[in-house]
Amino acid sequence: MADKRIFEIYRYDPDTDAKPRMQTYEVELDGSERMLLDALMKLKKQDDSISFRRSCREGVCGSDAMNINGKNGLACLTNMLTLPQKVTLRPLPGLPVVRDLIVDMSQFFKQYHSIKPYIVNETPPPEKERLQSQEDREELNGLYECILCACCSTSCPSFWWNPDKFVGPAGLLAAYRFIADSRDQVKEERLENLEDPYRLFRCHTIMNCVDVCPKGLNPTKAIGKIKEMLVKRA
Amino acid sequence: MAQTIHKYDAVVVGAGGAGMRCSLQLAKAGLRVAVLSKVFPTRSHTVAAQGGIGASLGNMDEDNWHYHFYDTVKGSDWLGDQDAIEFMCREAPKVVYELEHMGMPFDRNPDGTIYQRPFGGHSAKYGEKPVPRACAAADRTGHAMLHTLYQNNVRNKTQFFVEWMALDLIRDSEGDVVGVTALEMETGEVAIFHAKCVLLATGGAGRIFAASTNAFINTGDGLGMAARAGIPLEDMEFWQFHPTGVHNAGVLLTEGCRGEGAILRNKHGERFMERYAPKLKDLAPRDFVSRCMDQEIKEGRGCGPNGDYIALDLTHLGGETIMKRLPSVHEIGKNFANVDVIKEPIPVVPTIHYQMGGVPTNIHGQVVVPKNGTPNSIINGLYAIGEASCVSVHGANRLGTNSLLDLLVFGRAAGNHLIDTALASKSHKPLPANAADYSLSRIDVLDKSSGGEYPQDVANDLRKTMQLHAGVFRTQASMDEGVSKVLAIDERAKHLSLKDKSKIFNTARIEALEVANLMEAAKATMVSAAARKESRGAHTVDDYGDTPEHPLGRNDVEWMKHTLWYSEGNRLDYKPVNLKPLTVESIPPVKRTF
Ligand SMILES: Cc1cc2nc3c(=O)[nH]c(=O)nc-3n(C[C@H](O)[C@H](O)[C@H](O)COP(=O)(O)OP(=O)(O)OC[C@H]3O[C@@H](n4cnc5c(N)ncnc54)[C@H](O)[C@@H]3O)c2cc1C
Ligand code: SF4
Ligand code: SF4
Ligand code: FES
Repeated sequence: MADKRIFEIYRYDPDTDAKPRMQTYEVELDGSERMLLDALMKLKKQDDSISFRRSCREGVCGSDAMNINGKNGLACLTNMLTLPQKVTLRPLPGLPVVRDLIVDMSQFFKQYHSIKPYIVNETPPPEKERLQSQEDREELNGLYECILCACCSTSCPSFWWNPDKFVGPAGLLAAYRFIADSRDQVKEERLENLEDPYRLFRCHTIMNCVDVCPKGLNPTKAIGKIKEMLVKRA
Repeated sequence: MAQTIHKYDAVVVGAGGAGMRCSLQLAKAGLRVAVLSKVFPTRSHTVAAQGGIGASLGNMDEDNWHYHFYDTVKGSDWLGDQDAIEFMCREAPKVVYELEHMGMPFDRNPDGTIYQRPFGGHSAKYGEKPVPRACAAADRTGHAMLHTLYQNNVRNKTQFFVEWMALDLIRDSEGDVVGVTALEMETGEVAIFHAKCVLLATGGAGRIFAASTNAFINTGDGLGMAARAGIPLEDMEFWQFHPTGVHNAGVLLTEGCRGEGAILRNKHGERFMERYAPKLKDLAPRDFVSRCMDQEIKEGRGCGPNGDYIALDLTHLGGETIMKRLPSVHEIGKNFANVDVIKEPIPVVPTIHYQMGGVPTNIHGQVVVPKNGTPNSIINGLYAIGEASCVSVHGANRLGTNSLLDLLVFGRAAGNHLIDTALASKSHKPLPANAADYSLSRIDVLDKSSGGEYPQDVANDLRKTMQLHAGVFRTQASMDEGVSKVLAIDERAKHLSLKDKSKIFNTARIEALEVANLMEAAKATMVSAAARKESRGAHTVDDYGDTPEHPLGRNDVEWMKHTLWYSEGNRLDYKPVNLKPLTVESIPPVKRTF
C-alpha cells in the first residue's frame, strides 16, 4: 500500500545558511514506519544532513520533542496514521535553534535547576528506608513521571516572553513534586522561592501545557496547588 | 591545531545509572569530576528500565542475601565470579536504602516500607518458590532512579559535559590511561580530557542486533574505545534475550508483568511454562523462558496468522492492578501494538536486551587484563562500571533487576575505591605528545570521504547478520558463517562516507563514529561465540545438547572459563572463573532446572 507523504521541514545550519528555510521532501512509506520518528529516520537516509535528537524511541527519554503540524509532541509517540498527508516539522518554539530541529535547551534546564529539584531532609536517615504511607506516595503520581521533554514549557506563551524569569510548567510541576513529598523538610523555602510576580505568577492558566504533555501530566493543576498553598500561607 | 585541554581528577564517560552513581560519590567527596554524555543525563537508557532493583530487603516475605547470592550464581550458569556476586548481593539492601534516602519515589507497602515484586529466577530457600525481591517504582523504576541520581548530582554540583561524545582513550608509554578525547557535538570540536582516572560507564551495545529493546544510542562506545586501545573484552558471546519484547516493535514489556501474575500462552491458550519449569513456571530465568518460547514457536504452537509470536496475558490481573503497578505497559500496548492489555493478550517475542560481557574488571571497578602470567593485572587509571563492564556478576545469564543493582553497587564501589586510594592527592601523569592525533585522523577520514557507503546501510546489514547468526538459537555452522560475514562487513565499515560535512551538530558524523564501535562489539560477540564449544546460559548451541556428562550441553571441564577477545587479529584468550566467594561456601555447579 503506497502511502506518499509530504514533509516540510525547518532547516537551518549556521555553518552554511544565512537564515532558516523550509525544505520539502516526499517520502514513500511502506507501512513499517509506524511512528513519525520511523518516517524521519527513513527521510534521513535520503538526506543525511537533517538533524534531530532521538534515543529511546518509546517516549521515556524526552529527546525528540518537536513542533508537529503546529503542536508540540514527541516524534516517537506520534503515530503516522494520526497525521495528514502533509507534515510540517519545526523546532520547539521559543528556544534558540542550534541546527534544524535541535534547540538549545539551556534556559529550560536552568529553570528546572532553579527550583532545587532534590529532596532536602537533614534528619539523619534511619538504617533502613524512611517510611512513607501509601497515601503520601500517591501524592507524587502525575508529578514524578515528567521526562523533561519541554513540550509544555515551549508551548506556553508566558515562557516565550520570559524564559529567564518564569519557571515554566515543567519546572513548576517539578517544584510541586518536591513540595508534595512527605520526606522533604523545606516546603516553606520552596514556596518562598516561588513567591514572585514572575517565577510562578506569570502562569495565566492558558492550559497549552496540559494539552501537549506526551505523558498526560497536568502542570496547570500542580501550579494551582502551589498558588493555593501560597494563598493559605499569606 | 592545538586542542583544548580540560583537566579533572576523574572523568566519567557516561551519565546513566552507573556513571551518575559513581560521580555522585566522587562529587560528594569533593573531587574534581567531569561526566561526559552523548545525551542529556536523564535521556540515558537507564531511564527505560521498568521492573525493579533486586535487593533482599524481605519487606514482603522472608528473604536474605544468601538466597539472592544462590539465585544469581545459578542464574549465571556458573560463569559468574562468586566473589563479585557475594559483594553485590550483600551490598544490595544498603544501596537501595541510600537511593530511598536520596528521594527515589518507590512504591510502598501498607506499613510504609518499599514495595517489592517477584521477578524471574529470584527465589526463597534456594529455588523453592518465587520471592518478591524487585524494589519498584510502578513500572518506571529506571526513570525514577535515573532522575533521582541526576537530581542528587545537581545538588552536589557535579560538572556535566552534555552532548559530548568520547572518542578514544589516551594511554601513555607505560600503558596507563591518562585521559580521553571527546567531540563536542554542538561545535564539532575535539578536546582532550586530561585525568588521573577515566571511568567507562557507556552502557551496552544492544544496537548490534536488528530487534532490540535498547535505545539508538546504545552502540557500545566504551567497548570500542577499550578494544581500539588494546584492551580485551570479556564474555561477549553472552547476550540476553528478553522473553517479552513487543512483536514487530522491539519495545520491552517488563518481566514485572509476570511478576505481578501475567502468563505466557501458546496458540492453544496453554500456560506452557508449567511443562518446562514446574516450580518457577513463567518466572524461570530469561534464557530458559526465551528458549521455551522459541521451541513452542518452532513446534507450531506460536500464535497469530504466521504462528510467529507468543501471547502475554495480563487480562486476569484486572484494570486496577494494571493501572497501578504497570501503567507504562498499558501505554506501550496501546502505542506499539494497538492492544489494550486490560482486555486482550499482547503479542511478544524474545528480543535482544542485555549484554552480559564487557570490559573486564575486579570488584572495585578497576579494569584488569592478563599480563606476565597473572590473569587480572590492573590497568592504571582505567575503571569500567555498569553494562559496559564485566565484573562478572551476571556470567552467562543475568537475572532481571540485577543490572540496576549492579550500577548502584559498582558505581558506588568504584567511587569509593578512588576516594580510598587518595586520588585527590595524586598528580596527573603527563599526556603523551599528539594525544588527540588518532581521534582527529578518524574524523578527518570521514570529512574527506566520498563515494563510500552510507553508515546506516552498513550498520543495518550488521544488525541483520547478528540477528541471524548470533540469535537465541545458535548452531556451530551458522556461527562460523556469521564470523566470515561480520569480518566482511568490517571491511566495508572502513570506507564509510558522509554527505553532511557541517561542523555543527552533525548527527550523520556521530552515527558514523558509532558504527566503528558497533563493529568492535559485533566482532567480539561473533568470534567469541563461534569459539565456545558448549551451551551455557544465553549461549545455547544446538550442536551441544543435553548429555549425562554435559548437563544441558554445559561442559564445565573444558569451558568453565571467561573468554577474552582482543581486537587485534581477533585473538582469543581465556581466564578462570572465580568460584570462591568472599566469606561463604562456594556454590558447586549442578544441572539448572527450575
Ligand atoms: C527496556 C529496558 C528495561 C530494563 N529493565 C531493567 C530492570 O527492570 N531492572 C534491571 O536491573 N535492569 C533493567 N534493564 C537493564 C538496565 O536498565 C541497563 O543494563 C542499565 O540501565 C545500563 O546502565 P548504564 O549506566 O550501564 O548505561 P546507560 O544507562 O545506557 O548509560 C550509558 C551512558 O553512556 C553515555 N555514553 C555512551 N557512549 C558515550 C560516548 N561515546 N561518549 C560519552 N557518553 C557516552 C550515554 O550518553 C549514557 O549517558 C533494562 C534495560 C532495558 C533496555
Ligand atoms: S497554564 Fe500556565 S504554565 Fe501552562 S501553558 Fe498556560 S500559562 Fe503556561
Ligand atoms: S510535564 Fe510533560 S510536557 Fe512538560 S516536560 Fe514533563 S513530560 Fe514533557
Ligand atoms: S526518542 Fe525518547 S522520547 Fe522519543
